[in-house]
Amino acid sequence: MHKTGSIYGINGPVIYLKGNTGFMMSEMVYVGEEKLVGEVISLDKDMTTIQVYEETSGLRPGEIVEASGSPVSVTLAPGIIDNIFDGIERPLERIADTGGAFITRGVSVDSLDRDKLWDTHMTVSVGSELHGGDIIAEVPETRAIVHKCMVPPGMCGTVTDVVPDGQYTIDEVLLTLKTPEGETKKLTMTQKWPIRTARPTSHRFPASVPLVTGQRILDTMFPIAKGGTAAIPGGFGTGKTMTQHQIAKWSDADIIIYIGCGERGNEMTQVLEEFSQLVDPKSGNPLMDRTTLIANTSNMPVAAREASIYTGLTLAEYYRDMGYDVAIMADSTSRWAEALRELSGRLEEMPAEEGFPAYLASRLSAFYERAGMMHNLNGTDGSVTIIGAVSPQGGDFSEPVTQNTKRFVRCFWGLDKSLAYSRHFPAIHWLTSYSEYLTDLAAWYHDNVSPKFVDYRNRLMALLNQESSLMEIVKLIGSDVLPDDQKLVLEIARVIRLGFLQQNAFHKDDTCVSLQKQYKMMEIILYLYKRCRELIAMNMPMSVLKEENIFERVIAIKYDVPNDNMQLLDQYMVDIDNFHNTIMEKNA
Amino acid sequence: MSIEYLGLSSINGPLIALEGVQDAFFDEIVEFVVDKNEHKMGRIVEVYEDKAVIQVFEGTEKMSLINTHTRLTGHPMEIALSPEMLGRTFNGIGEPIDDLGPINADKIRDVNGLPLNPVRREYPRNYIRTGISAIDGLTTLIRGQKLPIFSGNGLPHDQLAAQIVKQASLGDNSDEEFAIVFAAMGVKHDVADFFRRTFEESGVADHVAMFLNMANDPVVERLITPKVALTLAEYLAFEKNMHILVILTDMTSFAEAMREVSSSKGEIPSRKGFPGYLYSELATIYERAGIVQGVNGSVTQLPILTMPNDDITHPIPDLTGYITEGQIVLDRNLHGQSIYPPISILPSLSRLMKDGIGAGYTRDDHQDLANQLFSAYAKVGEARNLASVIGEDELSDLDKKYLEFGKEFEKRYIGQGPNENRSIQETLDLGWDLLRILPKEELDRVDTKILEQYYSR
Repeated sequence: MHKTGSIYGINGPVIYLKGNTGFMMSEMVYVGEEKLVGEVISLDKDMTTIQVYEETSGLRPGEIVEASGSPVSVTLAPGIIDNIFDGIERPLERIADTGGAFITRGVSVDSLDRDKLWDTHMTVSVGSELHGGDIIAEVPETRAIVHKCMVPPGMCGTVTDVVPDGQYTIDEVLLTLKTPEGETKKLTMTQKWPIRTARPTSHRFPASVPLVTGQRILDTMFPIAKGGTAAIPGGFGTGKTMTQHQIAKWSDADIIIYIGCGERGNEMTQVLEEFSQLVDPKSGNPLMDRTTLIANTSNMPVAAREASIYTGLTLAEYYRDMGYDVAIMADSTSRWAEALRELSGRLEEMPAEEGFPAYLASRLSAFYERAGMMHNLNGTDGSVTIIGAVSPQGGDFSEPVTQNTKRFVRCFWGLDKSLAYSRHFPAIHWLTSYSEYLTDLAAWYHDNVSPKFVDYRNRLMALLNQESSLMEIVKLIGSDVLPDDQKLVLEIARVIRLGFLQQNAFHKDDTCVSLQKQYKMMEIILYLYKRCRELIAMNMPMSVLKEENIFERVIAIKYDVPNDNMQLLDQYMVDIDNFHNTIMEKNA
Repeated sequence: MSIEYLGLSSINGPLIALEGVQDAFFDEIVEFVVDKNEHKMGRIVEVYEDKAVIQVFEGTEKMSLINTHTRLTGHPMEIALSPEMLGRTFNGIGEPIDDLGPINADKIRDVNGLPLNPVRREYPRNYIRTGISAIDGLTTLIRGQKLPIFSGNGLPHDQLAAQIVKQASLGDNSDEEFAIVFAAMGVKHDVADFFRRTFEESGVADHVAMFLNMANDPVVERLITPKVALTLAEYLAFEKNMHILVILTDMTSFAEAMREVSSSKGEIPSRKGFPGYLYSELATIYERAGIVQGVNGSVTQLPILTMPNDDITHPIPDLTGYITEGQIVLDRNLHGQSIYPPISILPSLSRLMKDGIGAGYTRDDHQDLANQLFSAYAKVGEARNLASVIGEDELSDLDKKYLEFGKEFEKRYIGQGPNENRSIQETLDLGWDLLRILPKEELDRVDTKILEQYYSR
């Protein structure tokens, strides 16, 4: 029998129990007759404080609160991929089947399907020595993902009994372990893990492989490593969600966990619809076959919004332990921080900056530090990459969430309002963004794309920086008075901005671009710059150069060269030479 | 079990505390009788053992610690619903105020509503033609969307909302049932009258349910008004299969009311004194727009908010923009040049537009054309800045063309008559007409094929 208490007071999502209830910190509790799910957030000898993950209207003082005996946990077993959960891992599809289109309270559904039979292939036999994390069985979970059932961390022993390959539910015993202490443990596919605790690993690797996203401004300019952390801050309408969708669709991670934390319901519906139809370019399977959605929309209870981030993170770590590269899209971490603030306000804690609690920074750092490229307990390597959107108030990056996030991420993709206003997408500003992974990944680019890749990238950046300082002058006196070599810099920078940085997510060829094509495009742009500089050095005016449409043609490469016909790119080098010769002949 | 409690323990602004209550629950509605004749309603906002903190909707005037009888109703805030409510007028908490008698309830619903499960939402795809070029062409309104109008005091947001209602309702979809739910929070009597008159003139008055909380009505009542209105909207849309356009004006008054109540509860303020839960509270209102799978109705929201001091970074427009699917921003400068509707297109946006336009919906060139117009107009801004420094004469020929484009664009594309109803074809063709002012090689946002097809025509 679990411990119980009775409600003393109710204030929004926070309830108080009087007296020493004997509950544990972070313990999951069931509140009232409807058994609403809650979590213990503070204890003292006179009062127990609980945050409730569901709407509290209708609760009365005196109702019973029952402790569950364990911290708020997620169920880990096959059935997680290609599913959509709320913030505390309740499957929304099931909730809809039992409760209708609107989410009612106190719905009691299992996290995962307990009746479904999974094709199971056992990978261990009687007598095997097993340790925490070791793989005991393989289950094809979707067309793209093989689920590897593991010994829960912290458990070890010798296999005394094992079932043959066959079809099993997630609750059936697969094998029996005899521990060194002489106990017998029966293992199923299912594990439980508390969401606020990181799953253990053997050790951490430094970042060395990029997460290839097919987005030029990310892959070339500001790359993120597998196991890295990135923040995408931007005011509303600057394309945070769009950027996250693009990464979720096209990145080369094995598994995507998409957390819609306090965002729009229609957006989650869109992801669900679109990802079921879109095909993963690598495997040819629907994108949902590698995706899990956690949807806690802005009108769903605020405490569950706070938990949703951790739920997603724990699911990601579980798949990392199997040896997969997992990428988390957290949209948006600001809503999570605001949920912290809201709960902190209800608890009447002393506010720090802008009403946020003082522990905001430590919570953020604890969250981002759970990312990483890891060597797992079972000897596999896997990674968790965290890409968090930040929605700064008023688009002002000096606010606490952006500033604190900046301290803990190594990749900063700053979205810019003026770029978004002129519909330059992705509106990631090349002057405010940075990636600390660039040096870590240089070796990878050298070996896998081209030895000149990073050099080209740096030259493009230098041109963009020159453009920015030249624009200061142009703003004052106009571009006509600039010398021709500077006019050329402006023109080439325009080609880079429009032809390279800008990328059309709705164009079938431009939405995802291979590193090889990105490299070739850089090469062409820089070659164009080189040949034009030769002409300018021979006193050809910029106006003559612009008479030919070569600049526009280079800008249009992204649309005109299909991804499956890259030879066309070589023609551009010839065309640039021809352009050079034509100008020379005409103006000799 | 209707025990009546006599007397109160404290009154503080719109909040009262009552001690010795039994069996009160969070969010319960209570009824007061003041001085044996005046009836008021309130809602329990905090409850501790035998003490309840109650928010009084109609204000605490005339209440004293001894003259008030309190009765717990045993249910949360509910409203009686019926299709007859169309054509009627109600106060801010849903009581009829048009002297046409009470409503025969078909259903009774909790006004707080429930979150719509994302897996049962249908992604909105049908565009609503408003006949206004700046909206249809550049920030297309989609059925089931929430698209607020960010305005300022003195700008014609009411006229714009009225024009949208008139032209959208009398559009091509007249075979489907269409109705308007109008919720006014803290608006001036003139504004309410203006809307009433417009609805009558355009012949939609019997399809409108009006919920009015005027500027001089109690502040707390305002907190309930949008919820009451949206409960009716959801009922009509999802149970009676109607297409509902909800106009909420003015969301700023709603948020201000929240701040007022929050501060009298002694809560810790976050930004500009607004409570930390402003975002969640706004979200529970805005997220009630949408379409449910398998149901033929829809709820489209057109909230209006006046930005304090025209500041788009103020918490109210800021948080609204993060929840809603885009925004239509009105601009004082354009208004000053007598351009109606003064829609500032650069900060305006419709997030759902991309899936509801193009081939099969409007026309294949729509998205590219819109991108190009946005981008060209952004360059107009740069050219104007330059002109203000070095003078228009010194500009390059290209920049001069942009200036010309900007002027024509504002006059002919953004500007139109308050009764002018343009078709999508007209709007799109006008866009190309204007782009022809610019040389073809400047049009870098358009797919080469589409450019060939439309530019040279």
